[in-house]
Amino acid sequence: MIEIIDLVKTFDGNRVLNGVNLTIADNVLMAIIGKSGGGKSVLLKHLIGLLKPDSGKILVDGTDITTLGSRDMDKVREHLGVLFQGGALFDSINVYDNVAFPLREKTKLSESEINDRVIQALNDVGLKGMNMKFPAEVSGGMRKRVALARTLITEPKIVFFDEPTTGLDPIILSSIHRLIMTTHKKYRFTGVIISHEIPEIFDVADRIAMLHEGVIVETGTSDEIKNSLNPVVVQFINGGLEGPIAAV
Amino acid sequence: MIRKLGSWALTTLRKMGDMLIFLANAIYFAFIPPFKFRLLLKQIRFFGNKSMVVILLTGSFAGMVLALQLYYTLRKFGSDALLGPAIALSLIRELGPVLAALMVTGRAGSALTAEIGIMRISEQIDALSSMALNPFRYLIVPNLVAAVIVFPLLTAIFDVIGIFGGYVVAVDLLGMSGGTYFSQMEVFVDMKDIRMGLYKSLSFGLIVAWVCCYKGFNTGYGAEGVSKSTTEAVVTSSVLILIWDYFMGSILL
Repeated sequence: MIEIIDLVKTFDGNRVLNGVNLTIADNVLMAIIGKSGGGKSVLLKHLIGLLKPDSGKILVDGTDITTLGSRDMDKVREHLGVLFQGGALFDSINVYDNVAFPLREKTKLSESEINDRVIQALNDVGLKGMNMKFPAEVSGGMRKRVALARTLITEPKIVFFDEPTTGLDPIILSSIHRLIMTTHKKYRFTGVIISHEIPEIFDVADRIAMLHEGVIVETGTSDEIKNSLNPVVVQFINGGLEGPIAAV
Repeated sequence: MIRKLGSWALTTLRKMGDMLIFLANAIYFAFIPPFKFRLLLKQIRFFGNKSMVVILLTGSFAGMVLALQLYYTLRKFGSDALLGPAIALSLIRELGPVLAALMVTGRAGSALTAEIGIMRISEQIDALSSMALNPFRYLIVPNLVAAVIVFPLLTAIFDVIGIFGGYVVAVDLLGMSGGTYFSQMEVFVDMKDIRMGLYKSLSFGLIVAWVCCYKGFNTGYGAEGVSKSTTEAVVTSSVLILIWDYFMGSILL
């Protein structure tokens, strides 16, 4: 379980997170929605320990990760997986080596065992036969799939998705969402999806939390969010120009 | 005015502190296993291969120019027989390490900063951290160690090619005897001179890899950030090479 308690972060006098409180139960797919530049990615970087907050706590299975040193944080990260916005594939190595990378570096598996798992992971994300391609030679959607295969190959307990469908066409977007759901069913991880894909995200996530002006203004199931009376949520999911969210 | 000056001094001091902590981290991880030998070999090839042509070209022309200029000067004093040792000493003690380091900075150092910078902005470094893997082990240590190994080798090649470049001009163009050119060299060039060049090139390797890795690792946003880091890396490395060369020269003279 992940518990975020009163998380505050300020950059150059600009308070990006203003006391975030959120609980994410085990095995749940939680989507965090909110307008662009609203601090969603900053929140994600805190969750994976890449940023330290000014104040507040993040409890992962009861351990406050905001106070951990790099060695202890690495122990927590052994159970985390992150799908970055652009995939963050290593562009100097091919698709196969990218997916095999965490296994080669973090496990003592033999090369044949690694091969079996990489082939299986690539099949799971529908990328059979793409082994020798380099990241620059595959499309944006394929890069996300490779990155998902690399993220899931170590079977993490918690997976973070940072805007996994940004910049993709509607068909690829649906296929990535379906892939997230099927892999979630198969691996039973706790998922946190940072997204502003409305309304598609309602069909993917078990629960939704809306981040606005550095605080979580609403949490609930997809139906609860869709029927919310909170003017911030109503404006955001309807894409309205009038309301409490300033349209820039 | 005083506030601005104070703010600039504080920022500069903080950046210098950051750079020193970065170097201390890199040196610490260089001695703590697991070591990444394959990455080290890759980076040795990167520095050596990328810079070889430019080292051969600049080395030979540096020797040729030295031969022309020194011959003209030495002849005025009737000491043209000392052209060989003059070229060898200039190259081995001073010009070889400095020019080779400046060339490698322009060729491989800039590419290194750009590569690490692109890895930073495309979140590849964050991806390493999120996998509980230390980016210093994968990106910084191999480059630092490779540069310390490769710089003396490239400097040695630069010196040898430079001496032969000088030979071509002295013997084929200026009509000097080949025997005089080399025999006097053996008399005047000591082991101390070679050691001085070696120490200089070792330290220049460390400086270039340190500055270029630091600038790439702490690059700003987007293509503009990478471009700025790359320029800063080349300028800072070049300036530091010349400043450090003076201090090394004063100490080792």
